[in-house]
Amino acid sequence: MEFKTLQEFLTFTKGQEYLIAIGAIVLFSFFWFLLDRKQQKQK
Amino acid sequence: MNRVIEQQYNNKFKEVLLLGNDWKKYFRSLITPFNVIAALILSIGIPLTVIRFTRGIGAVSNLNDTNPWGFWIGVDVLSGVALAAGGFTIGTAVYLFGMKKYHPILRPAILTGFLGYFFVVVGLCFDLGRPWRLPYPMFVSYGVTSVMFLVGWHVATYLTVQFIEFSPAFFEAFGWRKIRRWAVRLTIGATIAGVILSTLHQSALGALFLISPNKLHPLWYTSYLPVFFFVSAIVGGMTMVIFESTISHKVFRHQIDPVDHLTLKEITFGLGKGASALLFTYFCLKWVGVAHHNNWHYLNTSLGHWFLVEVFGFILAPCLVLFMGFKRMNLTMVRTGAIWTVLGLILNRVNVSIIAMNWQRADRYFPSWMEIMITITVITVGLLVFRFIVNRTPTLYRHPDFLNEPDH
Repeated sequence: MEFKTLQEFLTFTKGQEYLIAIGAIVLFSFFWFLLDRKQQKQK
Repeated sequence: MNRVIEQQYNNKFKEVLLLGNDWKKYFRSLITPFNVIAALILSIGIPLTVIRFTRGIGAVSNLNDTNPWGFWIGVDVLSGVALAAGGFTIGTAVYLFGMKKYHPILRPAILTGFLGYFFVVVGLCFDLGRPWRLPYPMFVSYGVTSVMFLVGWHVATYLTVQFIEFSPAFFEAFGWRKIRRWAVRLTIGATIAGVILSTLHQSALGALFLISPNKLHPLWYTSYLPVFFFVSAIVGGMTMVIFESTISHKVFRHQIDPVDHLTLKEITFGLGKGASALLFTYFCLKWVGVAHHNNWHYLNTSLGHWFLVEVFGFILAPCLVLFMGFKRMNLTMVRTGAIWTVLGLILNRVNVSIIAMNWQRADRYFPSWMEIMITITVITVGLLVFRFIVNRTPTLYRHPDFLNEPDH
């Protein structure tokens, strides 16, 4: 199967969802680190 | 002897009902600005209720065969159930996860949840029109292949569960020690049942819309709808508890222990932090939903712009406000973020059930003023009942006679 664009490939392989999920996990870790740092400081 | 006991019960009942006043004093105490506004709302809402049940749904609403679900389903039912999720969220945190610091807000959260569900059923009766047929899916005609069957059964059983969870407060008010002890023993079981039921029916409400892939706009229609409804309901429940506890601690200040006033601050920050993290997760999940069906091209349309308003303006924005509020230990910011989230959740349910529904049809639905007025009436009655119960039961404080008794 040939894919003309990157988006076609990502759609077929559900790669978009995986990319968003991986991005979300990385961002969430950073988000949680910032959120939790305040509580750690208080303790 | 029996007559003496009966007299004692009557006296206790009268004392609880009239808050220790005689009838004359009690009725005089009812004249307050809030009650006057409530009376005005009811003076319009009650005649509208009579019209709805005597002349049919068409007499008060703009609903039709194309748009059979409108304002009552979007606001009263879908938003009502989601915002009532605080009961099971806080119950689970306290009894199952051992987060005891949230204990002071447990009873008001359960009461909000119980009344929220109760008035969802009341609101649903306006839509269904024949309340006497409510028990049909329970006892007469099973529809085991329908999502609606699951929702009906779950709302009924979960109402019972929440009643059991809140019942110790009633028994404490009347001083019924033995029956309270019996009810308290059921708490853990009821909480576990509550989590199971809530997880299923919160997501089932989203699953209701899976039947309409051609009617619901592709940006809102996704096979992840049940997950979205469940995650957003937890956030809605948590932020609603922040909102409700803020109001309760102002309106019922005299009832609350000064220590609980201080702990509320810590509780609000804890809930704000949790809600912020969950909103962030929900924000990311929304994009997974768009990617799943490859619906990116719809974003640059008018409804696409509206979708962006919902996702950025009512999910990410309150998430950041809650985040900043927690970081700066700013109570006002956390409370603002909570109200913003509650509004965002209502907007999402209205989008799914009304705005993005039948988006290609020419005859779009817009609610009549009578539909909106009936919803305002239902909410007002809900607030009056909440105040009635809080004034008569140890909801916001610990009953002095039961301080040493176990609560689960």
